[in-house]
Amino acid sequence: MTDRYLILPIIGHMFTAVLLIFFWRKVNTQRIISVLGSLAVMGLSVGLFIKTYRAGYLTMQAGNWQAPFGITFVADVFSSTMILLTGFTGLAVCVYSTVGISRQRIQYGFFPIFHFLLLGLNGAFLAGDIFNLYVWFEVIIISSFVLMTLGGRKPQVEGGIKYVTLNLLASVMFLTAIAILYGLTGSLNMADLSLKMSAIPNKGLVEITGLLFFIGFGIKSAVFPLYFWLPSSYHTPPSAIAAIFGGLLTKVGIYALIRVYTLIFVPDPFTKQVFLVIASLTLLTGAFGALTKRNMRMMFSYLIVCHIGFLLGGIGMYTRLALAGTVFYLVHDIIVKTNLFLVSGLIYKIRGTMNMDELGGMYEDYPRLSLLFSVVFFSLVGIPPLSGFWPKIYLFRETFTTGAWYLLAAMIIASLVTLYVMAKMWGDVFWKKGQEMENKLTDDFSGMNWKKRGMLITPVVFLAVLSLYIGFFAQRINVLSERIANDLLHPEPYIQAVLGADAVKTPQSE
Amino acid sequence: MELLLLILIGILYATGIFMMLRRSMVKLLIGLILLGNGANMLIFLLGGITRGKPPIIGETDKVLTGVYADPVPQSLILTAIVISFGLQAFAIVLLKRVHALIQTDDLNDLNTPDTSI
Repeated sequence: MTDRYLILPIIGHMFTAVLLIFFWRKVNTQRIISVLGSLAVMGLSVGLFIKTYRAGYLTMQAGNWQAPFGITFVADVFSSTMILLTGFTGLAVCVYSTVGISRQRIQYGFFPIFHFLLLGLNGAFLAGDIFNLYVWFEVIIISSFVLMTLGGRKPQVEGGIKYVTLNLLASVMFLTAIAILYGLTGSLNMADLSLKMSAIPNKGLVEITGLLFFIGFGIKSAVFPLYFWLPSSYHTPPSAIAAIFGGLLTKVGIYALIRVYTLIFVPDPFTKQVFLVIASLTLLTGAFGALTKRNMRMMFSYLIVCHIGFLLGGIGMYTRLALAGTVFYLVHDIIVKTNLFLVSGLIYKIRGTMNMDELGGMYEDYPRLSLLFSVVFFSLVGIPPLSGFWPKIYLFRETFTTGAWYLLAAMIIASLVTLYVMAKMWGDVFWKKGQEMENKLTDDFSGMNWKKRGMLITPVVFLAVLSLYIGFFAQRINVLSERIANDLLHPEPYIQAVLGADAVKTPQSE
Repeated sequence: MELLLLILIGILYATGIFMMLRRSMVKLLIGLILLGNGANMLIFLLGGITRGKPPIIGETDKVLTGVYADPVPQSLILTAIVISFGLQAFAIVLLKRVHALIQTDDLNDLNTPDTSI
């Protein structure tokens, strides 16, 4: 079904960002416009989600150039779910950053860049053309480069170099893969590619192209040998920025990987094996990395790496339920990881440090906040009935049906280590006796008025409620993610929606 | 012509990756630029090279006839060049900033974020 309004979530952010540029120096105006813009886009995202949930597939041909020649935008249930999540987390982080981001950073253009980042994310989720996906990825990384280094403190720019280098390398890999793909098929439209790929006689070259895509997206989503840029850069920017990075930037790589590997390439046993081994190693290295860190945010960065392994393992198993588990985990992970970094920012505001050895006594001083934080922490661990528990059932079960025992072992170890580090962190930061008063660093938080405090706490509450919703109404997310998995494994309706109803029936040997 | 381009692309990729693996920041930057150019040349090559046949519809014709150069790779390269230009400009400014802060060109000294607690 053609729908001209499906790109509204992109347009909304673009409009907000451009509007913000006109108020470059006016901090308060920027705050208000940005929150209103995020709110509007969230509304539009909800609208898009409801529309795609009813219709299944929406397409838009830019400039009315018909696919496969023009640039296609496609919204299916998967992409609109991702846009919905981007809308939720975008709003939460936007509200948080009105207080959480310093005045100087806002004057250097934090808010416009933030909206450009979300614009790129929404674009990447809607792209139906592989080169267009590349362009959206570039929009995302250039915005994230600026956000990463905004402020220009020493650790920030040093972490920034690693981040920039590895992401540029990932882009080159992505571009190389696109070049080979275009050389093989002469097309860039993902639906068209899906039809043409099966007709290529040289399967070896197809496989190599697929693995090049995997390397490109793998660097972006921080899988095993290519993850080291993440823990050395994600803890350097302010928490609000780290929250949007941790929640969405690695996940957009996973989204693209799922898209490419269900629509264009179909993994053969060798590729599946590669995925499973790399997923296991990602789980283990991420988990053990988290064990060694005493800085809260560095530990959380390693946990991002660790939990990417769950997502990748689901793709590697490539059954309907495993993909459903991956999608469910994606939904849960985006909300919880974003919230985790927001919480770490709040703790930093209260205590002035991230070092767990120096922290302590939070429960004594802020019992109600601590209760709120515990929801976030234990959703991440996946203690039933909180949200992390349900997708793991799918993933664990599918390791039995596919016989991926080492993945099961890695998942269990990773879950256990996650539980251990979170419990240890809880003991250190909340239950341990607080430091002596003279060692206590400045408390920014208690000096704030209730409005500012509200702006910091409301987003955390909002995301915590969302993750409680995922936990307690898991059935609904189940239905959603099984439907998405079904769509992913049967791409014919997607192709028909883009290329027209008779596209699939034409003999592919022509 | 194809063979020549092929060798050139190979050299660009190889030198690009080799330069990125060095410890100097300037060499890292040169490596990134070479790699980007290599990727652009690859798109150009894989789009198929046609000599002297621009994809322009003649005055009397309605559609393109005969052999003509594929316009898509060229527009792709154009986009990729613009993007990589912006990214490289950013990378240069970032490296200059880092150099001003730590007064060295050695990438091994960039470990403040890893060692700080």
